[in-house]
Amino acid sequence: MYGQKVKLRFFFIVLIFLSLILSTYLVLKSLEENVVYFKSPSDVKELGELENKKIRIGGMVKKNSIDISSNEINFIITDFKNEINVTYSGVVPNLFSEGKGVVAEGFLKDRSFFKASKILAKHDENYMPPEVKEAIGEK
Amino acid sequence: MFKFLEPNRIFLITSKAPKYVMALFIVVFFLGLVESLILSPEDYKQSHSVRIMYVHVPAAWISLGIFSSITLLSLSGFIFKNKHLFLIAKSLAPSGLVFNIIALVTGSIWGKPTWGTWWAWDARITSMLILALFYLMYLIAWRIYADKENVFKITTIITIFGIINVPIIKYSVDWWNTLHQPASINLLSKTSIHPSMLFPLLIMTAAFTLFSLLIFLMKYNTELIKIKNKGLDRL
Repeated sequence: MYGQKVKLRFFFIVLIFLSLILSTYLVLKSLEENVVYFKSPSDVKELGELENKKIRIGGMVKKNSIDISSNEINFIITDFKNEINVTYSGVVPNLFSEGKGVVAEGFLKDRSFFKASKILAKHDENYMPPEVKEAIGEK
Repeated sequence: MFKFLEPNRIFLITSKAPKYVMALFIVVFFLGLVESLILSPEDYKQSHSVRIMYVHVPAAWISLGIFSSITLLSLSGFIFKNKHLFLIAKSLAPSGLVFNIIALVTGSIWGKPTWGTWWAWDARITSMLILALFYLMYLIAWRIYADKENVFKITTIITIFGIINVPIIKYSVDWWNTLHQPASINLLSKTSIHPSMLFPLLIMTAAFTLFSLLIFLMKYNTELIKIKNKGLDRL
Protein backbone atom coordinates (compact mmCIF):
# COMPACT_ATOMS: atom_id res chain seq x y z
CA MET A 1 0.00 0.00 0.00
CA TYR A 2 2.78 2.42 0.92
CA GLY A 3 5.86 2.81 -1.26
CA GLN A 4 9.32 1.61 -0.38
CA LYS A 5 10.45 5.17 0.37
CA VAL A 6 7.64 5.74 2.88
CA LYS A 7 8.57 2.57 4.75
CA LEU A 8 12.23 3.53 4.77
CA ARG A 9 11.49 7.00 6.14
CA PHE A 10 9.28 5.49 8.83
CA PHE A 11 12.02 3.06 9.81
CA PHE A 12 14.53 5.93 9.82
CA ILE A 13 12.39 7.91 12.30
CA VAL A 14 11.95 4.85 14.53
CA LEU A 15 15.73 4.37 14.64
CA ILE A 16 16.32 8.03 15.50
CA PHE A 17 13.82 7.74 18.34
CA LEU A 18 15.33 4.56 19.74
CA SER A 19 18.83 6.00 19.82
CA LEU A 20 17.66 9.32 21.26
CA ILE A 21 15.62 7.68 24.00
CA LEU A 22 18.52 5.43 24.95
CA SER A 23 21.04 8.25 25.04
CA THR A 24 18.69 10.50 27.03
CA TYR A 25 18.16 7.66 29.48
CA LEU A 26 21.91 7.22 29.92
CA VAL A 27 22.51 10.94 30.39
CA LEU A 28 19.73 11.30 32.96
CA LYS A 29 20.83 8.15 34.78
CA SER A 30 24.37 9.43 35.17
CA LEU A 31 23.19 12.90 36.19
CA GLU A 32 20.64 11.66 38.72
CA GLU A 33 22.60 13.20 41.60
CA ASN A 34 22.08 16.64 40.12
CA VAL A 35 18.58 16.19 38.76
CA VAL A 36 17.04 15.60 42.17
CA TYR A 37 16.10 18.88 43.80
CA PHE A 38 16.66 17.69 47.35
CA LYS A 39 17.95 14.74 49.36
CA SER A 40 15.88 12.89 51.92
CA PRO A 41 17.20 12.30 55.45
CA SER A 42 17.84 8.66 54.46
CA ASP A 43 19.99 9.80 51.52
CA VAL A 44 21.99 11.93 53.94
CA LYS A 45 22.56 8.89 56.18
CA GLU A 46 24.04 7.06 53.22
CA LEU A 47 26.35 9.89 52.14
CA GLY A 48 29.94 8.69 52.00
CA GLU A 49 31.70 11.82 53.04
CA LEU A 50 30.27 15.06 54.33
CA GLU A 51 31.28 17.87 52.04
CA ASN A 52 31.09 21.45 53.08
CA LYS A 53 28.85 22.59 50.24
CA LYS A 54 25.30 23.82 50.04
CA ILE A 55 22.70 21.05 49.77
CA ARG A 56 18.93 20.77 50.04
CA ILE A 57 17.13 18.38 52.32
CA GLY A 58 13.45 17.61 52.00
CA GLY A 59 10.81 15.63 53.81
CA MET A 60 8.01 16.14 56.31
CA VAL A 61 8.18 18.46 59.28
CA LYS A 62 7.82 16.08 62.21
CA LYS A 63 4.69 16.56 64.33
CA ASN A 64 5.27 18.60 67.52
CA SER A 65 8.86 19.30 66.57
CA ILE A 66 8.73 23.00 65.75
CA ASP A 67 10.37 25.05 68.45
CA ILE A 68 10.39 28.79 67.93
CA SER A 69 12.66 30.88 70.10
CA SER A 70 13.42 34.59 69.87
CA ASN A 71 15.81 34.43 66.93
CA GLU A 72 15.64 30.96 65.49
CA ILE A 73 13.36 28.12 64.55
CA ASN A 74 14.27 24.52 65.26
CA PHE A 75 12.43 21.60 63.78
CA ILE A 76 12.94 18.03 62.59
CA ILE A 77 12.71 16.87 58.99
CA THR A 78 11.67 13.25 58.71
CA ASP A 79 11.02 10.76 55.93
CA PHE A 80 9.55 8.36 58.50
CA LYS A 81 12.77 6.33 58.49
CA ASN A 82 15.44 8.83 59.43
CA GLU A 83 15.40 12.31 60.90
CA ILE A 84 17.47 15.46 60.74
CA ASN A 85 17.46 18.38 63.15
CA VAL A 86 17.24 21.72 61.39
CA THR A 87 17.95 25.14 62.74
CA TYR A 88 17.04 28.28 60.85
CA SER A 89 16.70 31.97 61.46
CA GLY A 90 14.58 34.00 59.09
CA VAL A 91 11.13 34.15 57.60
CA VAL A 92 9.37 30.86 56.80
CA PRO A 93 6.76 30.58 54.02
CA ASN A 94 3.08 30.66 54.99
CA LEU A 95 2.59 27.02 54.20
CA PHE A 96 5.36 25.88 56.52
CA SER A 97 3.68 23.78 59.20
CA GLU A 98 3.89 20.51 61.10
CA GLY A 99 3.10 17.35 59.20
CA LYS A 100 3.64 19.09 55.85
CA GLY A 101 6.37 18.92 53.25
CA VAL A 102 9.41 21.17 53.48
CA VAL A 103 12.68 21.71 51.63
CA ALA A 104 15.59 23.26 53.53
CA GLU A 105 18.66 24.68 51.81
CA GLY A 106 21.89 25.04 53.75
CA PHE A 107 24.85 23.19 55.21
CA LEU A 108 25.18 19.91 57.08
CA LYS A 109 26.97 20.26 60.39
CA ASP A 110 26.95 16.53 60.91
CA ARG A 111 24.74 13.63 59.88
CA SER A 112 21.86 14.66 62.07
CA PHE A 113 22.23 18.41 62.29
CA PHE A 114 21.51 20.88 59.51
CA LYS A 115 21.87 24.64 59.45
CA ALA A 116 19.41 26.05 56.92
CA SER A 117 19.84 29.32 55.10
CA LYS A 118 16.52 29.10 53.24
CA ILE A 119 13.26 27.28 53.85
CA LEU A 120 10.81 26.35 51.11
CA ALA A 121 7.41 24.81 51.74
CA LYS A 122 6.49 21.87 49.55
CA HIS A 123 2.85 21.65 48.61
CA ASP A 124 1.24 18.24 48.12
CA GLU A 125 -1.17 17.18 45.40
CA ASN A 126 -4.30 17.49 47.52
CA TYR A 127 -6.73 20.31 46.86
CA MET A 128 -9.94 20.71 48.86
CA PRO A 129 -12.10 23.34 50.51
CA PRO A 130 -11.60 23.91 54.30
CA GLU A 131 -14.98 22.31 55.18
CA VAL A 132 -13.98 19.08 53.49
CA LYS A 133 -10.64 19.09 55.29
CA GLU A 134 -12.46 19.49 58.61
CA ALA A 135 -14.82 16.66 57.76
CA ILE A 136 -11.89 14.38 56.96
CA GLY A 137 -10.09 15.47 60.13
CA GLU A 138 -13.08 14.56 62.30
CA LYS A 139 -13.15 10.98 61.07
CA MET B 1 -4.57 9.88 1.17
CA PHE B 2 -4.75 13.40 2.69
CA LYS B 3 -7.03 14.48 -0.19
CA PHE B 4 -9.18 16.32 2.36
CA LEU B 5 -6.28 18.68 3.02
CA GLU B 6 -6.66 20.36 -0.38
CA PRO B 7 -6.41 24.11 0.30
CA ASN B 8 -9.64 24.99 -1.53
CA ARG B 9 -11.79 22.77 0.64
CA ILE B 10 -10.11 23.65 3.92
CA PHE B 11 -10.17 27.35 3.11
CA LEU B 12 -13.97 27.28 3.20
CA ILE B 13 -13.75 26.09 6.81
CA THR B 14 -10.85 28.22 8.05
CA SER B 15 -12.33 31.41 6.65
CA LYS B 16 -15.76 30.93 8.23
CA ALA B 17 -15.18 28.92 11.40
CA PRO B 18 -13.17 31.45 13.50
CA LYS B 19 -16.13 33.68 14.35
CA TYR B 20 -18.17 30.73 15.66
CA VAL B 21 -15.22 29.39 17.63
CA MET B 22 -14.64 32.90 19.00
CA ALA B 23 -18.27 33.16 20.16
CA LEU B 24 -18.08 29.75 21.82
CA PHE B 25 -14.74 30.65 23.41
CA ILE B 26 -16.13 33.86 24.93
CA VAL B 27 -19.07 32.00 26.46
CA VAL B 28 -16.97 29.15 27.88
CA PHE B 29 -14.21 31.49 29.07
CA PHE B 30 -16.74 33.72 30.86
CA LEU B 31 -18.28 30.66 32.50
CA GLY B 32 -14.80 29.45 33.49
CA LEU B 33 -13.88 32.84 35.00
CA VAL B 34 -17.07 33.04 37.05
CA GLU B 35 -16.65 29.45 38.18
CA SER B 36 -12.96 29.72 39.09
CA LEU B 37 -12.89 33.26 40.53
CA ILE B 38 -16.23 33.45 42.33
CA LEU B 39 -18.05 30.14 42.72
CA SER B 40 -15.21 27.75 43.55
CA PRO B 41 -14.13 27.50 47.20
CA GLU B 42 -10.76 28.52 48.56
CA ASP B 43 -8.25 25.81 49.41
CA TYR B 44 -7.81 24.62 53.01
CA LYS B 45 -4.10 25.30 52.87
CA GLN B 46 -3.22 27.84 50.17
CA SER B 47 -6.56 29.73 50.44
CA HIS B 48 -7.15 31.99 47.41
CA SER B 49 -3.88 31.36 45.62
CA VAL B 50 -5.37 28.03 44.51
CA ARG B 51 -7.18 30.05 41.82
CA ILE B 52 -3.89 30.47 39.96
CA MET B 53 -4.05 26.73 39.33
CA TYR B 54 -7.11 27.18 37.09
CA VAL B 55 -4.89 29.02 34.61
CA HIS B 56 -1.59 27.27 35.28
CA VAL B 57 -2.63 23.65 34.83
CA PRO B 58 -4.71 24.02 31.62
CA ALA B 59 -1.97 26.19 30.08
CA ALA B 60 0.66 23.54 30.86
CA TRP B 61 -1.53 20.73 29.52
CA ILE B 62 -2.23 22.57 26.29
CA SER B 63 1.39 23.51 25.66
CA LEU B 64 2.35 19.84 26.06
CA GLY B 65 -0.57 18.71 23.88
CA ILE B 66 0.26 21.17 21.12
CA PHE B 67 3.93 20.19 21.07
CA SER B 68 2.96 16.53 20.77
CA SER B 69 0.58 17.35 17.92
CA ILE B 70 3.26 19.39 16.14
CA THR B 71 5.65 16.46 16.38
CA LEU B 72 3.08 13.98 15.13
CA LEU B 73 2.19 16.25 12.20
CA SER B 74 5.82 16.94 11.28
CA LEU B 75 6.71 13.26 11.41
CA SER B 76 3.71 12.29 9.27
CA GLY B 77 4.59 15.13 6.92
CA PHE B 78 8.12 13.80 6.67
CA ILE B 79 7.12 10.17 6.17
CA PHE B 80 4.32 10.82 3.67
CA LYS B 81 5.92 13.90 2.06
CA ASN B 82 2.91 16.13 2.62
CA LYS B 83 3.53 19.86 2.99
CA HIS B 84 0.06 20.67 4.34
CA LEU B 85 0.82 18.75 7.51
CA PHE B 86 3.88 20.94 8.07
CA LEU B 87 1.81 24.07 7.59
CA ILE B 88 -0.80 22.83 10.08
CA ALA B 89 2.02 22.18 12.56
CA LYS B 90 3.43 25.66 11.97
CA SER B 91 0.04 27.27 12.62
CA LEU B 92 -0.33 25.41 15.92
CA ALA B 93 3.02 26.48 17.35
CA PRO B 94 2.41 30.12 18.42
CA SER B 95 -0.44 29.32 20.82
CA GLY B 96 1.62 26.45 22.22
CA LEU B 97 4.47 28.81 23.03
CA VAL B 98 2.13 31.39 24.54
CA PHE B 99 0.52 28.81 26.83
CA ASN B 100 3.94 27.46 27.77
CA ILE B 101 5.02 30.94 28.87
CA ILE B 102 1.73 31.45 30.71
CA ALA B 103 2.33 28.18 32.59
CA LEU B 104 5.85 29.28 33.59
CA VAL B 105 4.78 32.77 34.68
CA THR B 106 1.69 31.69 36.63
CA GLY B 107 3.74 28.92 38.23
CA SER B 108 6.22 31.52 39.37
CA ILE B 109 3.46 33.76 40.76
CA TRP B 110 2.00 30.77 42.61
CA GLY B 111 5.41 29.61 43.84
CA LYS B 112 6.21 32.83 45.70
CA PRO B 113 3.35 32.69 48.25
CA THR B 114 3.27 28.88 48.44
CA TRP B 115 6.84 27.61 48.29
CA GLY B 116 8.51 30.87 49.22
CA THR B 117 10.46 31.29 45.99
CA TRP B 118 9.82 32.63 42.49
CA TRP B 119 11.98 30.07 40.76
CA ALA B 120 13.59 26.74 41.57
CA TRP B 121 15.85 24.69 39.32
CA ASP B 122 13.72 21.67 39.90
CA ALA B 123 13.27 18.96 37.26
CA ARG B 124 9.66 19.83 36.38
CA ILE B 125 10.25 23.57 36.07
CA THR B 126 13.54 23.25 34.19
CA SER B 127 12.13 20.73 31.69
CA MET B 128 9.18 23.08 31.10
CA LEU B 129 11.64 25.91 30.39
CA ILE B 130 13.42 23.62 27.92
CA LEU B 131 10.10 23.01 26.16
CA ALA B 132 9.68 26.77 25.76
CA LEU B 133 13.16 26.93 24.19
CA PHE B 134 12.19 24.18 21.74
CA TYR B 135 9.04 26.10 20.79
CA LEU B 136 11.22 29.18 20.18
CA MET B 137 13.70 27.20 18.08
CA TYR B 138 10.84 25.72 16.07
CA LEU B 139 9.28 29.10 15.35
CA ILE B 140 12.60 30.78 14.55
CA ALA B 141 13.53 27.93 12.17
CA TRP B 142 10.44 28.75 10.09
CA ARG B 143 11.66 32.33 9.80
CA ILE B 144 15.32 31.89 8.94
CA TYR B 145 15.21 29.30 6.15
CA ALA B 146 13.88 30.46 2.81
CA ASP B 147 13.83 27.07 1.12
CA LYS B 148 10.70 25.15 2.13
CA GLU B 149 12.32 21.71 1.86
CA ASN B 150 14.99 22.80 4.34
CA VAL B 151 12.43 24.22 6.75
CA PHE B 152 10.47 20.96 6.72
CA LYS B 153 13.57 18.93 7.54
CA ILE B 154 14.92 21.24 10.22
CA THR B 155 11.60 21.72 12.03
CA THR B 156 11.09 17.94 12.02
CA ILE B 157 14.49 17.45 13.63
CA ILE B 158 13.66 20.09 16.25
CA THR B 159 10.37 18.37 17.10
CA ILE B 160 12.08 14.97 17.35
CA PHE B 161 14.53 16.33 19.89
CA GLY B 162 11.83 18.31 21.68
CA ILE B 163 9.37 15.43 22.04
CA ILE B 164 11.91 13.44 24.07
CA ASN B 165 11.51 16.15 26.68
CA VAL B 166 7.72 15.77 26.91
CA PRO B 167 7.61 12.45 28.84
CA ILE B 168 10.40 13.85 31.02
CA ILE B 169 8.16 16.80 31.93
CA LYS B 170 5.24 14.49 32.62
CA TYR B 171 7.11 12.00 34.82
CA SER B 172 9.77 14.26 36.34
CA VAL B 173 7.68 14.59 39.51
CA ASP B 174 7.47 10.81 39.89
CA TRP B 175 11.05 9.89 38.96
CA TRP B 176 12.92 12.38 41.09
CA ASN B 177 12.52 14.45 44.24
CA THR B 178 11.12 17.74 43.00
CA LEU B 179 9.77 20.83 44.66
CA HIS B 180 6.80 20.67 42.29
CA GLN B 181 4.00 18.47 43.59
CA PRO B 182 3.03 15.25 41.77
CA ALA B 183 0.01 15.15 39.46
CA SER B 184 -3.37 15.48 41.17
CA ILE B 185 -5.38 14.18 38.26
CA ASN B 186 -4.71 10.64 37.14
CA LEU B 187 -6.69 8.74 34.59
CA LEU B 188 -6.05 5.40 36.28
CA SER B 189 -6.00 6.18 39.99
CA LYS B 190 -7.93 8.42 42.35
CA THR B 191 -8.00 12.16 41.70
CA SER B 192 -6.87 14.22 44.65
CA ILE B 193 -8.70 17.40 43.71
CA HIS B 194 -12.09 18.04 45.27
CA PRO B 195 -14.89 18.01 42.61
CA SER B 196 -15.77 21.66 43.40
CA MET B 197 -12.26 22.59 42.26
CA LEU B 198 -11.97 20.06 39.45
CA PHE B 199 -15.00 21.51 37.66
CA PRO B 200 -13.60 25.03 37.05
CA LEU B 201 -10.29 23.45 36.07
CA LEU B 202 -11.98 21.43 33.34
CA ILE B 203 -14.00 24.41 32.08
CA MET B 204 -10.86 26.53 31.86
CA THR B 205 -9.15 23.71 29.96
CA ALA B 206 -12.04 23.71 27.48
CA ALA B 207 -11.81 27.51 27.16
CA PHE B 208 -8.06 27.47 26.52
CA THR B 209 -8.45 24.64 24.01
CA LEU B 210 -11.02 26.71 22.13
CA PHE B 211 -8.65 29.68 22.22
CA SER B 212 -5.80 27.64 20.70
CA LEU B 213 -8.22 26.31 18.09
CA LEU B 214 -9.22 29.88 17.26
CA ILE B 215 -5.63 31.08 16.88
CA PHE B 216 -4.82 27.96 14.88
CA LEU B 217 -7.69 28.53 12.43
CA MET B 218 -6.70 32.16 11.92
CA LYS B 219 -3.03 31.24 11.43
CA TYR B 220 -3.80 28.43 9.03
CA ASN B 221 -6.16 30.66 7.11
CA THR B 222 -3.26 33.07 6.55
CA GLU B 223 -1.07 30.19 5.36
CA LEU B 224 -3.73 29.16 2.84
CA ILE B 225 -4.06 32.72 1.56
CA LYS B 226 -0.30 32.73 1.07
CA ILE B 227 -0.57 29.53 -0.99
CA LYS B 228 -3.40 30.99 -3.06
CA ASN B 229 -1.43 34.14 -3.84
CA LYS B 230 1.91 32.60 -4.61
CA GLY B 231 4.70 35.02 -3.91
CA LEU B 232 2.97 36.88 -1.08
CA ASP B 233 4.93 34.56 1.16
CA ARG B 234 8.17 36.31 0.25
CA LEU B 235 7.03 39.88 0.80
